[in-house]
Amino acid sequence: MLTEDERHEIEAEAARYPVRQAVSIDAMLIVQQHRGWVSDEALADLGELLGMTPTDLDGVASFYNLIRRKPVGRHVAMVCDSVSCWIMGADRVREHVCNRLGVNAGETTSDRRFTLLPIVCLGVCDHAPAMMIDGNMHTDLDAASIDSILERYQ
Amino acid sequence: MTANGERPLTARLRPDGQPVLASEYESASGYQGLREALKLAPKDVMELVKQSNLRGRGGAGFPTGMKWSFVPMGDGAAHPKYLVANADEMEPGTFKDRVLMEGDPHQLIEGMVIAGYAIEADVAYIFLRGEYQLAARRLNEAIAHAYARRYLGKDILGSGYSLELYVHVSAGRYICGEETALLNALEGKRAHPRAKPPFPQVSGLFGKPTIVQNVETLCNLPHLLARGLEWYRGLSRTADTGTKLFGVSGKVKKPGLWELPMGTPLGEILNDYAGGMREGLRFRGLIPGGASTDFLVEEHLDTPMDYTHVQKAGSRLGTGTMVVLDDKTCPVGMVWNLEQFFARESCGWCTPCWSGLSWTEKILHSMEEGNAAPQDLETLRFQTKFLAPGNTFCAFAPGAVEPLQSALKYFAEDFEQHVAERRCPWR
Repeated sequence: MLTEDERHEIEAEAARYPVRQAVSIDAMLIVQQHRGWVSDEALADLGELLGMTPTDLDGVASFYNLIRRKPVGRHVAMVCDSVSCWIMGADRVREHVCNRLGVNAGETTSDRRFTLLPIVCLGVCDHAPAMMIDGNMHTDLDAASIDSILERYQ
Repeated sequence: MTANGERPLTARLRPDGQPVLASEYESASGYQGLREALKLAPKDVMELVKQSNLRGRGGAGFPTGMKWSFVPMGDGAAHPKYLVANADEMEPGTFKDRVLMEGDPHQLIEGMVIAGYAIEADVAYIFLRGEYQLAARRLNEAIAHAYARRYLGKDILGSGYSLELYVHVSAGRYICGEETALLNALEGKRAHPRAKPPFPQVSGLFGKPTIVQNVETLCNLPHLLARGLEWYRGLSRTADTGTKLFGVSGKVKKPGLWELPMGTPLGEILNDYAGGMREGLRFRGLIPGGASTDFLVEEHLDTPMDYTHVQKAGSRLGTGTMVVLDDKTCPVGMVWNLEQFFARESCGWCTPCWSGLSWTEKILHSMEEGNAAPQDLETLRFQTKFLAPGNTFCAFAPGAVEPLQSALKYFAEDFEQHVAERRCPWR
């Protein structure tokens, strides 16, 4: 079941487009914002609301890397692996984050505190290497700064 | 030519990183360009933009006024017409539109109302990449203020022209920056590119006339309208007009972003603005305008950075944000990183692209791991031809092989060494 808030936010988006299907991506992101991910059950509920089949919606969901079809941890860390960050040591950053958290990219820590994901260029190349956690940008990373940043997300 | 030294797009940016508010924007002659535009007929605004020779800042450099001239106008035209700001900044090495949107959101809004008025658009969207959450918040706040001050909505400033403007937050994938793929994404579909024709100007978003324009391009419009053609032409150092946001990343002393006259020489940007290479490092080359542009090297440092001259030098101005390769970084590794990105981001719609780029990426990987054979170099050269323009559905794969083909040319010895020694000499 979609919550009142979710339904309300989706309808506000739907008013901005001439066809309801156009908000499929917005709708999935709204659900994700509330629940962390988009379950099969949520897809079925959204399909009913937007006049789409769950399969249609999953076809859209599976194209976009920021729509999550699996549960994630309380925090999502996305480490940039594009060219400027690579030159400035993105491999070392990823290795350090992996060691600290004890997971590989694409995995969630056993205490569900963090999910670690790779991400393309975050658009802060003059302050590489960079990562984004829960929408917050962290730049000019090194081992010491990574440790203190991760501490902030409990 | 000497430029007038002005930096209109970034002049209002605050040093503390906070956004320029509506009242501050107004008192710094904000929305004056819109007031000027509304005094003219839409076709006259379009004509002015044509004469300004403003070219698209998203990478392709297509003349903006010419793009608009294909939009059906007048009573017979289909409505609603759409205007879309392409704010899907995801070209690796590029960080310019984010700065404009976070720092001066009203400038983009004003540019969009002017463009919307010129093509008689009814609805406009800012197509924003999902990771730019700070920009989303600031744009939405600024849009609310613009509605309250009658720069948006019904009967804008009493002109009779109306425009609705919304932010669409996207959900990832580089291909969304391709304008027809973007339109599919905005319609809530998988973002595959569309066949052209029909061109978006005639049949775009929801089958209606649509213009898609990069953020920086749109941010030029308020200044062009407020200050006029002669002033605008004086901004540049070459025949390509305006200023350009240039960025430098990599191992230089002062990585950063600067608005400079179009045509500023490459070496000047690299040495005077970015401070030259870090201590102990030598310059080997750079990609001048994001991941999908050909390398330039030492011999190109005198190149005036504009569309025409960079093309003559064998590359593209692209986004104008360059990534520098130093002599302690492996060129093969750098190209592998770039092709990994492209192989991953290929939308999968056409076979040469998804298959060819995965193949390319695997060969480069094996070179880095010390497992490449001599014929692999031939295969890489073949891929650059196989994925050239005309062989794929959109411009994605041809762009993807630009850094590869030029790296094979300028850094041939490095590739050969990887193969001959069966290892990466930088590891």
